[in-house]
Amino acid sequence: MKSGSPPSLRKGAGASLALLVLFLAAWQWGPGVLGVPSFIVPPLSAVAAEFVHAFEFDHLVLHTGVTVAEVLAGFALGSLLGAFVGYLLGMSPAAELVLSPYILALQIAPKVAFAPLFILWMGFTVYPKILVAILIVFFPVMVNVLTALRNVDPDLINLARAFKATRAQIFWKVEFPASMPPMFAGLRIGATLAVVGVVVGELVGGNVGLGYLLTFGEGQANTPLVFVSIVMLTLVGGIAYLAVILIERRVLHYLPARGVGSDL
Amino acid sequence: MPPPFHSVSLRLEYRNVTMRFADRGGSGVLTAVRGVSFALADGEVVSLIGPSGCGKSTLLAVGSGLLAPSEGAALVDGVPVEGPNAHVAFMLQKDLLLPWRTVAENVMFGVEIQGVPQAERRRRAANLLAQFNLAEFSDHYPHQLSGGMRQRVALARTLAVDPHVLLLDEPFSAVDAQTRMLLQRDLAQTLSRAQKTALLITHDLFEAVTLSDRVLVMSRRPGAIIDEIVVDVPGRADPIARRADPKVATYVARLMERLDIAHAPLERQPAAGNV
Repeated sequence: MKSGSPPSLRKGAGASLALLVLFLAAWQWGPGVLGVPSFIVPPLSAVAAEFVHAFEFDHLVLHTGVTVAEVLAGFALGSLLGAFVGYLLGMSPAAELVLSPYILALQIAPKVAFAPLFILWMGFTVYPKILVAILIVFFPVMVNVLTALRNVDPDLINLARAFKATRAQIFWKVEFPASMPPMFAGLRIGATLAVVGVVVGELVGGNVGLGYLLTFGEGQANTPLVFVSIVMLTLVGGIAYLAVILIERRVLHYLPARGVGSDL
Repeated sequence: MPPPFHSVSLRLEYRNVTMRFADRGGSGVLTAVRGVSFALADGEVVSLIGPSGCGKSTLLAVGSGLLAPSEGAALVDGVPVEGPNAHVAFMLQKDLLLPWRTVAENVMFGVEIQGVPQAERRRRAANLLAQFNLAEFSDHYPHQLSGGMRQRVALARTLAVDPHVLLLDEPFSAVDAQTRMLLQRDLAQTLSRAQKTALLITHDLFEAVTLSDRVLVMSRRPGAIIDEIVVDVPGRADPIARRADPKVATYVARLMERLDIAHAPLERQPAAGNV
């Protein structure tokens, strides 16, 4: 973002901040005013107190760390695999024709439904969680890369061909860079989906991770702990998403600046 | 119509080129061009005009080696074209600049593919950009340029590979009229200075006449050459001055007549009425 942002932008940021304050205030005092019991919606202060408590006694850092590690591993492997298969299918229309019905079927199948199966296979370890994340991240990245390769302007390919480009040169100098913007769009979706995959895996089985903390809190009817887990998960997802956007801005620096807030 | 050249060396030659495609959605065969023969001598600029869909662009694809003709052959420097060829470069209406490359890197795209050493690539790009008054934009990205500038970058990229023959397919039809005239002048000066041979496809009759040594007229599909006009007006390097010559209007009038432009709208009206 350029320095000296326009007044309208600053005004927008100010309004956003005001809305946040309003929301937090409503969270703190709203339940009391409306007579909602604190085991249904605990006020902000109770959640904050539970946060400190969880930090001290419930290994909040450990749970968060494990979830972050699973998200990172699942996201990295899932997007690498998705990009790889996307490029492979993009380069080979014949392979795409053969595999597309199965890919479509897998894409339609709700990936989180595989979580119990993976836990049956691999036990209460981190692996089933990572595997669900891989599976769920794989598709948006693969589909975006594949579509990007399909949509490269044929005249651009012909231009490279007319300069006597080899197949490899066409890929590295035209197709691969052209696929970057859609791939990053896929990675953004993947970053948030990776958290969903990991959490579902943790909910289904295991004794560590924020998803586990969530069910643990539920089992104890500790509503504030459930809220703490949700907030932490949102933070993890948000940071993953932001990290993708920061990398995207570096890689796609050549694109014209987009409209205000279109990234977020 | 046989070309009037005998002793001069031919840069580009089409010998009896016929191109057939499978008809879209049907079993029929569509003949895009039929029995086209013409030749360009070294340093000659020839325009090709004709109604939409008459196979002009097909001829260009054949010349650049991207399409193999069904019959006949295209020859560059007397050698049959059997695939993309380092001596031929083409430029389209679309600038086809790569958005992730700077202006200089875009100009170097072709020479980079052809494996020209980096120092030489840089030198050529710098020279061409200076020639087109784009030196200060070397490190800009395409989206930061105007349409006319982008098209000049595309022309620089085409010239960077130092081709013997330039194939230009409506290169300026996407820019506004004033920019077009400036681009035409840039192109004419460059072709004249570098003594390049060029085949220019255009719908703009004035462009065809003012930029070329000869104008070839193609018929409706299946496209065949039905007329040839030798532009007997001096100063091909300055199309803006050339435009003022009274002969230009005569040539344009003859082209309009050959293309039957005065009657074309009448033919389309019933079709529009049927909708």
